[in-house]
Amino acid sequence: MKISRRGFFKTAGAGAAAGVLSGKADKSLAALPAREDPFANAVSTTSVCPFCAVGCGTVVKALDGKVVQIEGDPEHPINQGALCSKGLAFSQTVNSPGRLQQVMYRAPGSDHWEEKSWEWALPRMAALIKKTRDASFVQEKDGRTVNRTEGLACLGGAALDNEECYLYAKLARALGVVYLEHQARI
Amino acid sequence: MTNHWIDMANADVVMVCGSNVVENHPIASRWLQKARERGAVILSVDPRYTRTSSFADHYCRLRSGTDIAFVGGMIRYALENNRIHSEYVTNYTNASFIISPDFEFHEGLFSGYDQEARSYDKSSWAYECDASGAPLRDETLAHERCVFQLLKKHFDRYDLRTVCSITGAPEDAYEKICDLYTSSGQADKAGTWLYAMGATQSTHGAQNIRTYAMLQLLLGNIGVVGGGVNALRGESNVQGSTDMALLFHILPGYLKNPNASDQSLEQYLKRCTPVSNDPQSANWWGNTPKYMVSLLKAWFGEHATPENNFAFDWLPKHSVNNSYIPLFEAMHKGDVQGLILFGQNPAVSGPHAGREREALSRLKWMIAVDLFETETAGFWKRPGVNAKDIDTEVFLLPAAASVEKEGSITNSGRWAQWRYKAVEPPGEARPDLWVLDSLCRAVRKEYQAGGVFPEPIIHLHWDYALEGDPHHEPDPHKVAREVNGYFTRKTTVKGKTFAKGDQVPSFAYLTDDGATCSGNWLYCNAYTGPEQSDNRMARRGKDDAPNNIGLFPEWSWCWPVNRRILYNRASVDLEGRPWNPQRFVIRWNPVKSSWEGDVPDGGWPPGAKHPFIMQPDGHGQLWARFLADGPLPEHYEPFESPIVNPMSRSQNNPAVKIWREKPGDKSPFGDREKFPIVATTYRMTEHWLGGALTRNTPWLAELVPNVFAEIGTGLAEEHGISNGDKIIVESARGQIEVYALVSSRIPSFKLEGRTVHQAGLVWHFGYQGIAKGDSANMLTPNVGDANTMIPEFKAFLCQIKKAERSPA
Repeated sequence: MKISRRGFFKTAGAGAAAGVLSGKADKSLAALPAREDPFANAVSTTSVCPFCAVGCGTVVKALDGKVVQIEGDPEHPINQGALCSKGLAFSQTVNSPGRLQQVMYRAPGSDHWEEKSWEWALPRMAALIKKTRDASFVQEKDGRTVNRTEGLACLGGAALDNEECYLYAKLARALGVVYLEHQARI
Repeated sequence: MTNHWIDMANADVVMVCGSNVVENHPIASRWLQKARERGAVILSVDPRYTRTSSFADHYCRLRSGTDIAFVGGMIRYALENNRIHSEYVTNYTNASFIISPDFEFHEGLFSGYDQEARSYDKSSWAYECDASGAPLRDETLAHERCVFQLLKKHFDRYDLRTVCSITGAPEDAYEKICDLYTSSGQADKAGTWLYAMGATQSTHGAQNIRTYAMLQLLLGNIGVVGGGVNALRGESNVQGSTDMALLFHILPGYLKNPNASDQSLEQYLKRCTPVSNDPQSANWWGNTPKYMVSLLKAWFGEHATPENNFAFDWLPKHSVNNSYIPLFEAMHKGDVQGLILFGQNPAVSGPHAGREREALSRLKWMIAVDLFETETAGFWKRPGVNAKDIDTEVFLLPAAASVEKEGSITNSGRWAQWRYKAVEPPGEARPDLWVLDSLCRAVRKEYQAGGVFPEPIIHLHWDYALEGDPHHEPDPHKVAREVNGYFTRKTTVKGKTFAKGDQVPSFAYLTDDGATCSGNWLYCNAYTGPEQSDNRMARRGKDDAPNNIGLFPEWSWCWPVNRRILYNRASVDLEGRPWNPQRFVIRWNPVKSSWEGDVPDGGWPPGAKHPFIMQPDGHGQLWARFLADGPLPEHYEPFESPIVNPMSRSQNNPAVKIWREKPGDKSPFGDREKFPIVATTYRMTEHWLGGALTRNTPWLAELVPNVFAEIGTGLAEEHGISNGDKIIVESARGQIEVYALVSSRIPSFKLEGRTVHQAGLVWHFGYQGIAKGDSANMLTPNVGDANTMIPEFKAFLCQIKKAERSPA
C-alpha cells in the first residue's frame, strides 16, 4: 500500500543493525543534530524483505520512480522498524548497475551474450519447450498411463511470490513435467 | 514453524540446535532477547561457536552430524529423571499404542530390511489392532510392546558416556543442557526448539528433526505458547513455494503427486485418503477428495468434469524419485535436455557443484530468469572450460525485483504477507508472473497447430490478464483469488447458498463434486471476496488478540484459516483448561460453550477430538510407521565420517540411496585416512545463499569480500597456517582455494583416542558478481536423506594444506 510519508529514520545503516541486538535502537543516536530529510518528497510503499523468511516489513521510498531508501516498517509487529545488514542494503541491490535489463541470448558454442527482444525470444523459447516436450513425452509406460516428460526440468521459486509459484507449478504440471524442484530440497 | 517468530518470546527455555538464528535470521533474535528479559534460558548446541552461541546463556559443542545421539541422550535423561509431561504423553501421543510382535531391532537395523533394495518392508512396525481394526492401547504405558516401552528401551542405549563419545560433547556441559532443557517438561513451562539446515542437510535429516519433535512431545511442548518445533526457513518465500508445491512429490497444499499406480482419480483418492474408525479422530486428510477435485477444477476449469474424472489423466504420473539429486543425475546422463530456472543458482548452491556444472553443459537449452547473471546462467564461461565446446542454447531473462511488482510471500511462521509495487522494473525487466504468463501463452500458440498430447496445455484454465488491459498484463489479484478458490456454480454448502463466482470463505466449504475450485486448499480463506479489500494477506491490524501472547491475528493472514499456533488443542487438557493458565493459546469457555484465543485446531468441544488432526490416529507420533528409515531415530554416522559407528554395525543410514552413474563406478566418497577433517558449510548475515543478490551489492561485498574457511588453532598449527593465509581445501569431489580464518571458535574432538579437527566453509561464493571466490559446494557430496533426499552438506570429510603462494 502507498502510505503517507513517515518520519525519516535517523538510524539508517549500521545504527539500526547494531540496535537489533542491544534492543536500544535509537538512544545512542538521539543526540545527533537535526537535519533536513533528503527524502521529504519521496513516495513510501510497504513491502516485505526479500531475503530470509522472518518476513520483516519494509518501507520503500522512491523519488522520481527510483528507489532511494529501504527502511524497516515501524508498524510491523515482527521487526518493529529494524532490519539487518542485507535488508538495509537492498536499495543498492535494486539499483545495481549489474541488474539485467535486456533479454540476453547465448547461441550454441558462442562465447558471448547477445541482446534480444522479448518478441524474438518468446516464440523461440516456446518452440524449444514444445520440441523437447513432444520428443520426450511418454503417454504409456509398462501398460500404465503416465502422460509425462522426463526431458524437461523446472527449478527454482523460493524467491518468487506465491502467485508466481502457483502458476509455475500449474504450467509445469500441464506440460507433463515430473522433474519440478527448488531450493526447499537443498 | 508450528509457532511463529514473535512467539519465541514466550518460551521459558530456547534451544537453538541445527540453526544459527542470530547470524541467519538476525531480526528474529529480538524475540529471543525478549524471552531472556522474561527470564528464559537460551541454549546453543552447534559444531561451531557461532554468533548464536555467543548470544546464548549456555553452549555445548557437538560433532557435525551427530544430533540423533545428542538428542537421543536428552530423551533418555528426560525419561530417567521423570521430566516428561505424563498426562500429555498418555492422552496426546501414541505412547500407549501397542506395536506388532514382529517388530525387532538389531545392530542398527529395524525389522523388514532388504539389503539389496536398501529399503524396509514396514509391516512389522504397524500398530496391533483389535478385530474391528482399532489400534490396541495400554494407557498405563506398562505393556512391553507399547510405544513408550519400546522407545524407553531404544534410547536406554544412549547413556551419557556413549553420547559424549559419539558427539564429542563435554560431559558436564551436556548434562547441563539436558537438565535445563528438560525443565520445560513441567506442565506450565514451555521450551521452543529452533532448527534449520544444520539439521536437514544430513543423510538422516528427517530423523534428526523427528528426534527433536519426540523430545518436544515427551515434554508436552507442542501446540503450546512458547513451544513448538520451529524450522527457521532461509528464503523469503521458501515456505510459500513449498506450499505451492514446486517439488516433485506434491501438488499444492501438500496433496500427494499422482504416481503411475494411480490409473484413475478413484485409485488416487483411495491411495491418498486415510481412513480412521475412531470417532475421536478428525482425520483431516479424509478431506483429500474435496481438495483434489477443487484443484483440478482450478487447473482445468470447465474441461474438468465428473465424466472425465475431472481431467485427472492430464496430470503427469511419476514412477521414480524425481528430486533434486536425481534431476541433476538425469541431466548429466543427457536425459534432461531442457531446463527452466527461476531465481536459483545450482552452479553455486548444489551438492558436488562441479558435477552439476558438467551436467548443465549437457543441456540442449536453458531458460534462466534472474536479477543478475548468475554462475548458472553463465556456466558456459566458467573457469577451466572452452565456451566453443558447449552447445547449450541459453536464454537469460531479466526479472523484476520484489519492490517492482505486487504479490504475496509466506514467512517461516506461515504468515502470507502482501507486497506492493514501489517502482517500475528497469529496462526490459519483467515480473516473474509476466514471464510465466507470456511463456504459457506462447507455448499454447505453438500447440494450436497440434502436438503430442496437447489437451492439458490447450485446456489449461489460464486467464489472468488485467480486465481490459490490451497488453495482457497478468493480475496477481486474479491469481490469488484462484488460489483461494471460488464457486463454479450456484451451490449450497453447510446450509449456506453461494452464487457462481463467489469466493469460497474457507476450506470447510470446498466440495468434491466440482462446485468449487481452489488452487491451494491451505490458502482457502486468504482472499474471501471480489474486492482488493477482501485480500486478508494485505491486512495491517495492529491489535493483539485478547490472550495477549503476540498472535497479532489481524496482521496479514496465516495458513491454515489464520491459526497462528498449530496443534493448539494440545495446549489444553481434556477439559479445555490451558496447561499454562497465565499464558494460553486457546481455552474453553464453558458458559459460552466456545473457544477463546487463537483459531482452534477445529471447533469441537474439549476432548471431543484428538489434537493432532493431520494424523489418521490423531496422536503425536512418537512412533513413526511410514518413514523410510525406521519407526525410531537411530544414530548413524554421516556418509563420510572420521570414526566407526560406536552404536551398531550399521555405519551409515541403511535406507539411503547412493547415486552412481553405472555399476562399478568409483565411490564418490572419501575415506578418513586421506581426508581426516570433518567439514561443514555455513552462511553469514552479509551474504545470501548462492550470492547472486548480495555479491552484486557493493556495501555487502565490501563487508565480506572474500571466501574463507574457518579452522581451529590446533589444526592451523599442525599445517603451519596463519590467519589470512590462502589454503587448499580438498575432498573426494574437488578442491578449492580460500583464505584461512584461524580461530578458537571451531572446536576439535577427541574421538577413538585421537584428535579430530573440523573446518567450517562459507558457501556463498562463485565466479560471477563483484565479490568472487571458489564455491564450497565443489567439495560437498551428492548423497541425500533417506526420506527427503536433501543432500548431506553439513558433514563430510576434507583435507587442507597451505597454498603455495600466499596473497600479497
